[in-house]
Amino acid sequence: MDWMKIFSAILIVLMLVYLLPRAKDMIKNSPKASGNDLVAALIPLLLVIGFVFLLIKSV
Amino acid sequence: MSTMNRPVELAQSQSAVLEVNKVLKNTYALLSVTLLFSALTAYISMQMEMPGFMPLVATFGALGLIWLVLPRTANSAAGIGVVFAITGLLGLGLGPILNNYLQMSNGSQLIMTSLGGTGVIFLALSGYALTSKRDFSFMGGMLVAGIVLVLIASLANIFMAIPALSLAISAVIILIMSGFILHDTSRIINGGERNYIMATVGLYLSLYNIFVNLLMLLGIMSDD
Repeated sequence: MDWMKIFSAILIVLMLVYLLPRAKDMIKNSPKASGNDLVAALIPLLLVIGFVFLLIKSV
Repeated sequence: MSTMNRPVELAQSQSAVLEVNKVLKNTYALLSVTLLFSALTAYISMQMEMPGFMPLVATFGALGLIWLVLPRTANSAAGIGVVFAITGLLGLGLGPILNNYLQMSNGSQLIMTSLGGTGVIFLALSGYALTSKRDFSFMGGMLVAGIVLVLIASLANIFMAIPALSLAISAVIILIMSGFILHDTSRIINGGERNYIMATVGLYLSLYNIFVNLLMLLGIMSDD
């Protein structure tokens, strides 16, 4: 295994160590979404998926 | 009594709107300049033919600045210098990646498509968040949980090297970063983020990750 892979793995582990406590905190303290909120967020994200698919088809 | 309080409430609400507009204006101004600066450092890195390990070194440096230096300087003028250091470093890291793609027969087309695609995604999502004025703060927990899962999958894929998993990871990162654009923009509009330096770094990282992962997706999926 080359050292680039080792350093990449170290970088990801560091990110996980940094993010995990914050993630737990954010999951616990995020406001709850209503059905309308979820739809309002899902529609643009679905459009992004469609747009990326179009870009893939164009190249 | 409540009638007497109305001018005060009105003044407070006007001042809150002005504050939000100021943060928004400063964020977009700083974001534009840092994107240009990043493009300049990427160009320099390409011309100098920086080695292949540069993206890794740049990411280590940028994360060090984001985690250790930015929180201490974000409320001062020094924070602007730190933002330029972060975006400049990430731009330097982009150089070898772009040089790799330019070696492909349709490399320049892939880079321009990714750049244009990233711009369209950012403008459309920011426009949507700005005009709808919805509060997307509920997405924060889901998005961070998504990042954690992606990091675990990426860690596993360093050792397993499954191309389909790389593709899936890139696609999911684009989706998560798109979610972050909605989340971060709505936080600015709804007064949840009053520091334009932190807001700029958040939006810049979303744009950077969408660009790099879109480029990777297009590179793998293109016919050449």
